[in-house]
Amino acid sequence: MSDKVLLKGGRVVDPSLGIDSTLDVLLAEGVVASLSSDIDAPEGARVVDCAGLVVTPGLIDVHVHLREPGEEHKETIATGAAAAAAGGFTAVCAMPNTDPPIDDPAAVGFVRAAGRAAGQARVHPVGCISVGRAGLRLALVGEMVDAGAVAITDDGNPVMNSGLMRLALEYTQAFGIPVADHPEDLGVSALGHMNEGIVSARLGLAGKPNASEDIHIVRDLLLAELTGGHIHLQHVSTRFGVDAIRQAKARGVRVTAEATPHHLVLTHEAVEGYRTDAKMNPPLRTRDDVEAVRAGVSDGTLDTIATDHAPHHYDEKEAAFADAPNGIVGLETALGVVMTRVVGEGVIDLPTMVERMSCQPARAFNLPGGTLAEGGAADVTVFDPGATWTVDPAAFLSKSRNTPFAGWELTGAPRMTIVEGRVVWSA
Amino acid sequence: MNEPSPHALGKDLIGLEGLSREQILTILDTAEPFKEISERRIKKVPVLRGKTIVNLFFEASTRTRISFEFAEKRLSADTVNISSSGSSVTKGETLVDTARNLEAMRIDMVVIRHAASGAARFLAERIPSNVINAGDGWHEHPTQGLLDLLTIRDHKGRIEGLKVCIVGDILHSRVARSNIYGLRALGAEVAICGPRTLLPPAPEELGCRVFTHIEEAMEWADVLNVLRLQLERMEAGYVPSLREYNRVWGVSNRRLDAAPRDILILHPGPMNRGVEIDSAVADGPRSVILNQVTNGVAVRMAVLYLLAGGQPEKAEAAKQGGDS
Repeated sequence: MSDKVLLKGGRVVDPSLGIDSTLDVLLAEGVVASLSSDIDAPEGARVVDCAGLVVTPGLIDVHVHLREPGEEHKETIATGAAAAAAGGFTAVCAMPNTDPPIDDPAAVGFVRAAGRAAGQARVHPVGCISVGRAGLRLALVGEMVDAGAVAITDDGNPVMNSGLMRLALEYTQAFGIPVADHPEDLGVSALGHMNEGIVSARLGLAGKPNASEDIHIVRDLLLAELTGGHIHLQHVSTRFGVDAIRQAKARGVRVTAEATPHHLVLTHEAVEGYRTDAKMNPPLRTRDDVEAVRAGVSDGTLDTIATDHAPHHYDEKEAAFADAPNGIVGLETALGVVMTRVVGEGVIDLPTMVERMSCQPARAFNLPGGTLAEGGAADVTVFDPGATWTVDPAAFLSKSRNTPFAGWELTGAPRMTIVEGRVVWSA
Repeated sequence: MNEPSPHALGKDLIGLEGLSREQILTILDTAEPFKEISERRIKKVPVLRGKTIVNLFFEASTRTRISFEFAEKRLSADTVNISSSGSSVTKGETLVDTARNLEAMRIDMVVIRHAASGAARFLAERIPSNVINAGDGWHEHPTQGLLDLLTIRDHKGRIEGLKVCIVGDILHSRVARSNIYGLRALGAEVAICGPRTLLPPAPEELGCRVFTHIEEAMEWADVLNVLRLQLERMEAGYVPSLREYNRVWGVSNRRLDAAPRDILILHPGPMNRGVEIDSAVADGPRSVILNQVTNGVAVRMAVLYLLAGGQPEKAEAAKQGGDS
């Protein structure tokens, strides 16, 4: 492994620098050493011909479930980090809903150490908002931040107690980290297994109405406005939710928000036939909601694209719909799905995709990377925007195969993933 | 046999949704000759001799299981009953293994009742045997829908153009969904009536009118299909009390007498007398509730016969004992 990498002649797309042009990028000693046209290869540098390829600041996924500790049959930190690298991601934020949950500094340290040992994409630990994810009292936020936590969330569960959410939004301000929330009022939705609507009515499945998500989006926005804290709303899936966030941003509320690739391209019709690989929470919603999520990603209301990578073992998903767990894997399909069905359909352009999948996630979670500025971390993604491939879950590096995109033909494929100047994955 | 006819059913009967008018009429017409077998002194014909059928009931059921069992035995099939219950997750796990075990034992047909919507289809996709859905969660109960159609046709002479209102807990009802699909396929107008807490989302998209008040439903309908109100719906808070439910949505002679037409009353059973239906209605001249039970056996015989490869036009000959 060379300590110098020269990426020659690629289309360098970095909205953080306002760059979209053919340039060379030299990485040395873990940082971006220079960025200009026609760099001569230094002694001993690995030279990579990037003609026809796109070179961007490394993609960052702020929402993944790596299942370790506790559910290593679904995924481990090492396999998840490898899957991330194979998907073109140089960093991921690991959700704390493990068993035991990541709610103290020792557990945060474990995740960080296991991520480093894996030597693939960076693994940034996210800690719990509440002790044991029980929703009762604040976890050791400051000590977890010292140990490496980049945010807190009780993801998987919403924070049902609005008073606790208020405290979290106040207390985190001392540490400069966002509070990420899975917005859902369980009183309205807890029995549901999919979006509430005509498909749930026909299939005879209990539904989760949009209102269950919207109630908590609005609550979180009000509390962020009240406290001045930074709320990060996860996997927004409803039209009303997008509109509420847009209005809040216009008022100056400190809110950042995610869209997932699946909520950008799939509707609740994908559940037809009781397909458990289309079961996730929040559920796939209507075409109207998908259009709103796409508009939100387009205008920046939803500033981040994150996968909510949620691996499950095949025999857990091979069950009656109501008995199957929520979630789908996303790390190894995200770039292709977004390139093909979001960029390819003109919802956003390629620089905006890089903004949503790299620059903004780094900014929102205060992470290294997200820019090719000289002196910054040498986290770089190289991908082929024209390569066509077919999604074959059997080829995933993730331990799990639960994807609704199996068999999809996608255009846009990762070619090389570089973390701190080290090539961790290449096609 | 080689050309799939528009009347053919395919491997399984999972639901009435998606079945054509021709397919549904084929089943109803095939049931007609089978009705007579149950009236004989010796109620048995050799139509399914040598076929093995498993009645796989993951959820308690008396009437449906017995009805299927009579239908199978009167057609001379060899039957095994399996009853099982447990937590939702246990059932889900069991289902995959059950499917594999059944496949390994070379069963010809499986009749399945399960608490999870989609369970019958789940099984059908995994085994080569014919699968008949005897009720999956809130989804469908196609043989109940068919026997309701047959009973309505017996008494009204037609389905097309009739106005049928399903009353009660539509949200949690597989009977309601099968009725809606079957009735609409045969050209009936369908309405639903009940407390809004127990109606499904998007009823208009299901093709149903909605009546909030039972009096309005009776003003409109030719037929009422009155569903059982389960006690657990009250416990879960969907309705505050059974007494109040009876007061607001109960089907009584007082209300029926005020209706402009003589309304035919169906109920899939088991009834909660004095809750969704008054005894005087259940036992009165408008009620065809016991005819439904009788027709249930004939309809199930027809479905078993057709899925086993029997041809509709030969049903009359088959029941004479000649053809199997």
